[in-house]
Amino acid sequence: MPHSVDYIKRLADKHGRGLESLLPILENVYLDRHIISEDAMVEIARELDVSAAKVFGTATFYSFLETEKCGKYVIRVCKTITCMMHGKNQIIKEIEELLKIKLGETTPDGLFTLKETNCLGHCHKGPAMLINDTPYTELTPEKVREIINQYRVTAQKSAS
Amino acid sequence: MKEGLKRLDLIFKNEHDCEVILEKSLERSNDELIEDLISSGLKGRGGAGFPTGLKWKLSAEAEGKEKYVICNADEGEPGTFKDREILSSVPHKVLTGMAICGRIIGSQKGFIYLRGEYKFLIPELQKVIDGFHELLDKLDLNFRVEIFVGAGAYICGEETALFESMEGHRGEPRNKPPFPTDAGYRNGPTVINNVETLAHTYSILKYGPEKFKDLGVKDSRGSKVFSVSGDTPIPGIYELEFGMTLQKFVDDFGDGDAKAVQVGGAAGFCVPRKKFDKTVIGYKGKLTGTSLPTGGSMMIFNSSRSMYNVLHNYLDFFVEESCGQCTPCRVGTQQLLLGIEAVKRGDKSSQYLEELLELAETMRVTAKCGLGQSVANSFSSIVENFREEMIY
Repeated sequence: MPHSVDYIKRLADKHGRGLESLLPILENVYLDRHIISEDAMVEIARELDVSAAKVFGTATFYSFLETEKCGKYVIRVCKTITCMMHGKNQIIKEIEELLKIKLGETTPDGLFTLKETNCLGHCHKGPAMLINDTPYTELTPEKVREIINQYRVTAQKSAS
Repeated sequence: MKEGLKRLDLIFKNEHDCEVILEKSLERSNDELIEDLISSGLKGRGGAGFPTGLKWKLSAEAEGKEKYVICNADEGEPGTFKDREILSSVPHKVLTGMAICGRIIGSQKGFIYLRGEYKFLIPELQKVIDGFHELLDKLDLNFRVEIFVGAGAYICGEETALFESMEGHRGEPRNKPPFPTDAGYRNGPTVINNVETLAHTYSILKYGPEKFKDLGVKDSRGSKVFSVSGDTPIPGIYELEFGMTLQKFVDDFGDGDAKAVQVGGAAGFCVPRKKFDKTVIGYKGKLTGTSLPTGGSMMIFNSSRSMYNVLHNYLDFFVEESCGQCTPCRVGTQQLLLGIEAVKRGDKSSQYLEELLELAETMRVTAKCGLGQSVANSFSSIVENFREEMIY
């Protein structure tokens, strides 16, 4: 894949070729492609002159670096104690019904992936979730419907 | 709440005199500054409570070509959210502390290790950093701060795992010694402090150590930012004095029906109602009753909550967040979780809880880092105090 080779090379030019640049590079790949594929990892390894196993080991350690294809918007609902106490299960159920997917799945149009995550640091305003990098707090089923709708509208606009 | 706990306003006080503080501090000798920090009694606010002045002193004395100052903003402990607030409302205080630390230990390079969950803070934070760099140039201080973004791993809040992560490895803790003050990031002497600790150094530099020392009690000086959540009518972030009893805390923040408070997050201790008045919040020292250190996480549970569910949630968290490097933690967390499930189902007798308690204590002494060692804190304190809830 010549495209991938050039792409990774550009990223290495941007972030550097030391191991210190590995996490920033992986993050960049994920941001651009919503997946860190094995091809990309092999290419990164070549570019940084380390083994592919090394890159694989690091990439798979961090829960925000996804090595399986995710939707354009990744929804991460906090499942830790106070969000659980304040009804995160209801929130997840609502999203599952809205998107017609189960926890861990991606919508067929490739727009949304639904996941659970550990403490997001908004315990005083639970339940909380992240959509990509943006936090949403004090969620209710109604609020969730609105938020998801907004994302759908935005996606439609950018598509047309 | 007329006679409740005194609310303080030191950290979040809206004051912007970085320039004056930096100028004033840069005129003083490193020894004087360290002396002030030591006499203030400031201890690490991440929860471990290492004396900050001593940490800076050790790094200053350590030999190394490249030294680093790192602000630990990988705030992942369940129930903790104060660092996010500090970084969004008073980041200049943290940066001032970092710059002075850089001067003292001889470092030109600082990092803020920001957890991936807080990426949304970056645009604003970067603006403040850019402005701060201009100020440093004006004052002729050669120091730069860079943001390093984590990627969703609780363990990276452990300082050596954090270094590993920055170096491009899996976030697996290192053996200690060597300690970070001797060999931290890229093996250079490194000061790594919690966000709140660094913000406190701003106040100490500005007002002097005495004012800070006047707050709190013996061995636990100064104010502390608490993250209050759970069954409380007023969840949020509060700056309070060290040395309060849990009873006083619950009187102020509880909903009138508190049956337990988890102090220090999932890695902390669960205190049942009957021990509220004997438990004091502060670092270890001669206090009446038990004193509990904390990174500031205070989760209140009322009598409608099942403590089995609470413990189950914590263990589930630990199973996922254990880095998997050492066996006691990797296997121990899983077995504890399977164990309480088996007892609850009735597949194992209640006596099995004793074996699980023993396993937790074994993890405390054999796990490699603080994560595995502290699982026993919540496990033992919940199982011992709420035994019936584990069985029935």
